[in-house]
Amino acid sequence: MKVKITVNNQEKIFECTPSDYLLDTLRDNNYVSVRRGCDTTNCGVCTVLMNGKPVPSCSVLTVQADGKNITTVEGIQEEAEKLGKYFGAEGADQCGYCNPSLALTVYAMKKELVNPTVKEVKKYLVGNLCRCTGYISQERAIMKYLGDKS
Amino acid sequence: MKVVNNITPSVDGLGIIKGRPAYTDDFADKNSLIVKVMRSPHAYAKIIKIDSVEAEKLPGIEMVLTYKDFSRVSFTRAGQGYPEPSPYDKFVLDEYVRYVGDEVLAVVGMDLKVCEEALALIKVEYEILEPVLDFENAIDNPSVIHPEPEAHEMFPIGFEPLRNIAASYHMNVGDVEKTLTECDVVIKETFFTQAQAHVMLEPHTVNARMDYQERLCIYDSTQTPYHMRRIISQALNIPLSKIRVVKPRVGGAFGGKQGIHGEMLVAWVTYKTGKPAKMIYTRKEVFESSYSRHPMKMTVTLGADKSGVLKALDFHCLSDTGAYGEHALTVFMVVGSKVLPLYNKVDSVRFYGDVVYTNHTPAGAYRGYGAIQGNFALESAVDILCEKLGMSPIEFRQLNMMKETETSPIFEIMGEGTAGTAMIMETCKLEECVEKGTKLIDWKNKYPSIDMGNKVKSVGMAIAMQGSGIPYIDMGSATIKLNDDGFYNLLVGATDIGQGSDTVLVQIAAEVLMTTVDKVVIYSSDTDLTPFDCGAYASSTTYVSGNAVFKAANEMKEAVLKEARRILKSELVEFDGAVFTNELGESITLIDLSNQITYSEDQKQLSVTASYVGHKSPPPFMAGFVEIDIDKETGEIDIVDYVSVVDCGTTINPKLAEGQVDGAIVQGLGMAMFENVLYSKKGGLISNSLMTYKIPTRVDINHLTTVFVDSYEKSGPFGAKSVGEIGIDTPPAALANAVYNALGVRIKSLPITPEKILLALKAKGRE
Repeated sequence: MKVKITVNNQEKIFECTPSDYLLDTLRDNNYVSVRRGCDTTNCGVCTVLMNGKPVPSCSVLTVQADGKNITTVEGIQEEAEKLGKYFGAEGADQCGYCNPSLALTVYAMKKELVNPTVKEVKKYLVGNLCRCTGYISQERAIMKYLGDKS
Repeated sequence: MKVVNNITPSVDGLGIIKGRPAYTDDFADKNSLIVKVMRSPHAYAKIIKIDSVEAEKLPGIEMVLTYKDFSRVSFTRAGQGYPEPSPYDKFVLDEYVRYVGDEVLAVVGMDLKVCEEALALIKVEYEILEPVLDFENAIDNPSVIHPEPEAHEMFPIGFEPLRNIAASYHMNVGDVEKTLTECDVVIKETFFTQAQAHVMLEPHTVNARMDYQERLCIYDSTQTPYHMRRIISQALNIPLSKIRVVKPRVGGAFGGKQGIHGEMLVAWVTYKTGKPAKMIYTRKEVFESSYSRHPMKMTVTLGADKSGVLKALDFHCLSDTGAYGEHALTVFMVVGSKVLPLYNKVDSVRFYGDVVYTNHTPAGAYRGYGAIQGNFALESAVDILCEKLGMSPIEFRQLNMMKETETSPIFEIMGEGTAGTAMIMETCKLEECVEKGTKLIDWKNKYPSIDMGNKVKSVGMAIAMQGSGIPYIDMGSATIKLNDDGFYNLLVGATDIGQGSDTVLVQIAAEVLMTTVDKVVIYSSDTDLTPFDCGAYASSTTYVSGNAVFKAANEMKEAVLKEARRILKSELVEFDGAVFTNELGESITLIDLSNQITYSEDQKQLSVTASYVGHKSPPPFMAGFVEIDIDKETGEIDIVDYVSVVDCGTTINPKLAEGQVDGAIVQGLGMAMFENVLYSKKGGLISNSLMTYKIPTRVDINHLTTVFVDSYEKSGPFGAKSVGEIGIDTPPAALANAVYNALGVRIKSLPITPEKILLALKAKGRE
């Protein structure tokens, strides 16, 4: 079957079966920044934005995205780079496998929460696991990014 | 120094956060055959019959592979240097399955769906054997896990497969039993640690293709590309020259990707069919079918005199390597060699025990590598001894611990599966670490605890050491070449697995060459293109590979100077990293020099390669302090802060060094308080997903205070020692000590859960 999905503001037609997950459809179509982590929606690595909201693409059927807007990190390059510079300054880059998905979730959070506290940020991002950094350096970077109104 | 020890963002941070193709599966051929493994439902069984006729008829199924398809060559998946100190006890596929999750067979098909369909059609008959599930009853159990004649050791490691012993070891200095009889205070305690999972976020991933020279090209998420190439060649009988292993960006490893997981099957499929193939472990497979940390039972006896001087240290360890013996001996030895020298003033010390086979998921390399287990036992025991002595844990450690210019006989006795290397501690700032940490955590006001009503606030601490590479065994090397326009390529076999070694190695080269990080372009690692490196393990990259880069960069500096002397017709040429000047004030820029030797005059490619192998393994040291609030009614622990004061020599990249410690502390806290490993009665792993196995999330971590003391290790590049593993060692003992200081209950098995605390409180109430 065919589904019509707008990926990063480009309308695309994807061939899929009813049981295909969005993660696999995107990866098979060269959106390789969307990556697989845990298979059970716990780790957040496969996060994309569906109509602006973060969703785990490992548990969204491709057909559920029919007619929707999907954003991968390729769709928010400027914001990802801006956040990335704060990550660099705080030493928050390690293996980086979760970074594109974290950037997407932070981007969605920035639109949703007004001047959030560290506690609120932690709560919003709790589904984005990281095994490398211990989280604190990421949060320092994210708070500085949120405070940057440039 | 302008680059080293200065804040430098990771060289690849922006590209990665922006989602550039980077990781192994990003480079898989879209037409790859999928290799899918049938996993054993039994903890121990012999395969009697495999009926795959129906599966093989399925359109899209390329083949079904069983043990009959492979010659019977035993090897070890440990991913170590050669000859390995791990037993050769594994076959690509075998007629025995030895744990729930072990490989029964593999199907190869055009996509995952058809592979799963095929797996459902295959009927396997087993003769179910009695499994060994209790590692304390493994030795001389009637069930023998490795009866096969092909299993062997490469050199003596105490391998006795018919007794279910993968390795054993014994060392002693002095007569510990005699010294103990002379001590005023003696304690003896037993501790247990669990099979912690690595939970790197990128699962084990590999893909392969035949290239246009008909060579096998493997993209692999691995810590050890060179060892991988060698072991694949040995086990599959493919000439080494026909194999190329490319390591793209690795999405976390922590020791889990030192070993071999899906590589053999994928390599074989591509080599035999000529078609690209790939395998990505499911998260369940990562938990069940890769390897974990070695669970251990450790019995510690300590003896001291009345004044608090530690006299005797006796340490017995039983380690469970699961179904296969990857890293069995070496992890075991690190329990002693990188823990016991902390207390180097004892009259006698003994360390001994066995590593046994069981029918559980195998254990292998994991950050800390035995030191975290040993540290939990020893540093808990030390606090128990302190209480009996009526001495503060800080005072006791300050009196008894290793200090600068001192040594321990253990360094010479215990190495990596063999004898070790004697060394004096030329840098050991433990005293300063303890002193600084005591202040930062406000020990004076918080020790042992503060009653806050429903909750108790308390502090606990532990000290730790690790190593920096494996001396006389593991080698790192680096190639630097000069390009036109005056920038360099740095080619290293060292593997960045997320720890930031690409950035750190660039900084070392840039500092020597007096340039900036953007002028040094790194590439790691590819067995065809980069020089040999043992890989990222044993806390070796900054120290061993870093020393190789340091040497290579100095050789490159000499090479460009030689060209400049020729061009400027002078022996007295000075170089500032960008411009060469002679005594007459005549000058040429590096850019012009590089363009000249590339295009116009006396053309040549300047390129140097240098190697380094360590002659010692200078330990980093640290003191870890935890502050907790613990709920008296529920036993729930809130980590208020974790103070780490670390001596790792010079921090080449201070922020990345901090990140190594922060991340390791949180991973250690995971082992200390959350990461419960549960098995079913039949031996299957119950905690086999992120639903059932809880790692720390960001709401569990309130604050980390990580600081470094000034330290300069002369043998390291710009004074650096290692920092990758040291951070993981202290959390279990520091937390156990804090819980004791809060509530007076001593938890001796990990993880320290609210349930265990409440049960201990109940038991204490009954006394």
